[in-house]
Amino acid sequence: MNTNRRHALKTGSALSLLTLVAAAGWLKPGEAAAADAWNKSAFETHSLDETMKALGGSSPVPSNDIVFFSTPDIAENGAVVPVGITSKVPQTESIAILIEKNPNMLAAVFDIPPGTDPSLTTRIKMAQTSNVYALVKANGKYYVTSKEIKVTLGGCGG
Amino acid sequence: MADPMKIRANLVGDSTEVKVLMSHEMETGQRKDAQGKTIPAWFIQKVKVTHNDKVVLAAQWGPAVSKNPFVSFKFKGGAKGDKVKITWVDNHDDSRTDEATIA
Repeated sequence: MNTNRRHALKTGSALSLLTLVAAAGWLKPGEAAAADAWNKSAFETHSLDETMKALGGSSPVPSNDIVFFSTPDIAENGAVVPVGITSKVPQTESIAILIEKNPNMLAAVFDIPPGTDPSLTTRIKMAQTSNVYALVKANGKYYVTSKEIKVTLGGCGG
Repeated sequence: MADPMKIRANLVGDSTEVKVLMSHEMETGQRKDAQGKTIPAWFIQKVKVTHNDKVVLAAQWGPAVSKNPFVSFKFKGGAKGDKVKITWVDNHDDSRTDEATIA
């Protein structure tokens, strides 16, 4: 038997398996961030620069295309602060919420696949009055907007 | 096993609006109990929402998401009767999956 030919067949089938896997969407780079292991380092940062580094991006550009909605100016209870964020930046890939004066800055990262509206609401905890950043990744670039939310009762008290 | 999620999935125009309320302590690891001992962190780290096996929202969370987390969002392409499936995994590797039917 021609062993070279066997070998070629084997590598061939391995390659096509890889293509199949890629086609099934397991290796799609867009989904990788949230499908993969939890990004521990990103959730342990204390500044916007550090967070950006951990997320693998450069410093974000301020943008008026990111809008907070249903978000209070003054939150009575820092343990439950409703936040709504809409991004009008074309090709929005992800939306992250960062709270400047929390023990760790990053609160959440949402991946927005095509077909999903780049708009969502959730609830976050805030230790004290702070700027809240909405960080949007679109087409590989980062954009940011911020809003100050005053907290009258912190979310991390005993 | 944690309590089930409350999921609402409603067709609004050509979009499906999903609202989910998860039942989870979301302990930050910053608080101390009455004896002054730190209460260990316990929070949801990953969330995935799928519709017909297609991911419509994926998220990574830190402990700064509120206790009993709430999320709402919209995606296009849902039809009445379709299922929306939501899975979360916490830092103890516990997980829970619940389904809702689009109404």
